[in-house]
Amino acid sequence: MRESIWLQRFLIFLAAAFLFVMLIMPLMLVAQEALAKGVDFYFKALTDEYALKALHLTIEATILAVVLNTIFGISSAWLLTKFDFRGKTFLGSLIDLPFAISPVVAGLFFIMLFGRMSPLYPILQENNLAIVFAVPGIILATVFVTFPFITRELVPVMENQGRAEEEAAATMGASGWTIFRRVTLPNIKWALGYGIILCSARALGEFGAVSVVSGHIRGKTNTLPLHIEILYNEYNFTAAFAVASVLVFLAIMILILRNIVESANKNPVEEKIPTDNKNSDVPKIGDLNVGSST
Amino acid sequence: MFGKNDVIPGRRLTLGITLTFVSLFLFIPLAAFVLFASGMGFEKFIAAVTDWRNVHAYGVSFFCALAAGLINAVFGLIIAWVLVRYNFRGKKLMDALIDLPFALPTAVAGIALTTLYAQNGPLGKIFYSVGIESAFSPMGITIALIFVGIPFVARSVQPVLKELDPQLEEAANLFGAGNWTIFSKIIFPELVPPLLTGFALAFARGIGEYGSVVFIAGNMPYETEIAPLMIMTKLEQFDYQSAAAIAIVMMVLSLTILLGIHGYQAQQLKKIGGAANA
Repeated sequence: MRESIWLQRFLIFLAAAFLFVMLIMPLMLVAQEALAKGVDFYFKALTDEYALKALHLTIEATILAVVLNTIFGISSAWLLTKFDFRGKTFLGSLIDLPFAISPVVAGLFFIMLFGRMSPLYPILQENNLAIVFAVPGIILATVFVTFPFITRELVPVMENQGRAEEEAAATMGASGWTIFRRVTLPNIKWALGYGIILCSARALGEFGAVSVVSGHIRGKTNTLPLHIEILYNEYNFTAAFAVASVLVFLAIMILILRNIVESANKNPVEEKIPTDNKNSDVPKIGDLNVGSST
Repeated sequence: MFGKNDVIPGRRLTLGITLTFVSLFLFIPLAAFVLFASGMGFEKFIAAVTDWRNVHAYGVSFFCALAAGLINAVFGLIIAWVLVRYNFRGKKLMDALIDLPFALPTAVAGIALTTLYAQNGPLGKIFYSVGIESAFSPMGITIALIFVGIPFVARSVQPVLKELDPQLEEAANLFGAGNWTIFSKIIFPELVPPLLTGFALAFARGIGEYGSVVFIAGNMPYETEIAPLMIMTKLEQFDYQSAAAIAIVMMVLSLTILLGIHGYQAQQLKKIGGAANA
């Protein structure tokens, strides 16, 4: 099927125009609005005490979410691909559950668990432990929304790899840790990197879930996205966009990293993946939710 | 069950870590929610669920997400098509750009789109001059949901389109089939499953989306309130029961959509498997 050059050009134009209006224009607008009051104001907004504290908290929550999810992702992927047991499919679906739950609802779960109507509340009060409307709640909510990301990236790759290499190493007496480090990790490092990138992106920008559990205490429980909301609602638009520009910068970095990982991944993996891709026609829900591609 | 015959080590360790994480981060919060929600009583639940302001909010979330999903299905198909089949300058950039909504925090998208489409914004000016309210309206909500949903359809159609067998097209061409016939009879049927998957994912995401929407929605009762916002409002009023009731409605909605698409995929897999065995 060969379309006429005019039809081709028209379709390319449509796609480009759509993406320009929906994606490029918002980015340009952030840059323009951020600098609306000059460079001095821009840097002042960025180095504002509350902005810096929010940045600090965002980084803290992101790093913790990534570390926890990496441990969980590797363990669960190992469990799901190296062993057979009853309830495996169920466990897989359970891990995917956060994809089906609105972040606001996820935040609500933690309010129900640790908030004032919870049976745990008196115990927490007695011990002076604050979980919701405090930093631990923000971290819990961030881990919840990013929960499936790394597992979802690792499982298909490890599934394709099979168990033979690990079994051979084990028969020769290698310990579990050595097998993982020397046999498995080299095969999954790009998928792991990709999962970590997606997980960080989501953790950096999470708004709904964090908004519910944060309590919006300035300088204490505000992440960068929440700080942007406050500035914006105070009609402090220029400062809001200045802070937003930092997140835009990080988002672009993430996209670039993503592309590097993807192109580095392409060549070696294509040789290794067996040719029976008959199931690849129908994408799986988890794969797509986080924007993975071929 | 405990795998004494395992060759590969680590069953107990990984099972332990996995179950600990699943319990701590998924199961216990979910159980707390179920426990709380089940204690609220049937009448209270029905009253909260059928409150007209809430019903209106589900409607806004549902229809705006539906509209955004449909628009993304059309443009996602076009984007995937030009990326797979044509060569042009900037193709790589376009391919990378599609994922921006996954990388950009929704609050940033929210304030940028609001400023862009508000009455004195660069694009809003054009819409408002012809009498279309492009912000603080259902249209504004739909625009924000289009933004967050862009990658889903394009990314699910792309790999399928790449793997289509060109021989089928060539054969059809030899038999004198025109472009439109080839597209509608040979290519499009293959694209229906990924289109549906992408659409369902964008749709489900749209129903639960909050960050990008709150700014552009305007949040007027009975007009532009969305379901997640109603949960926030109820929480601020310490009306936890109503918040839980709305959350249940939303979970049922998005689970229905996702399970529907799961069932459809399973059916498709069976079909493909059957064809491959034949």
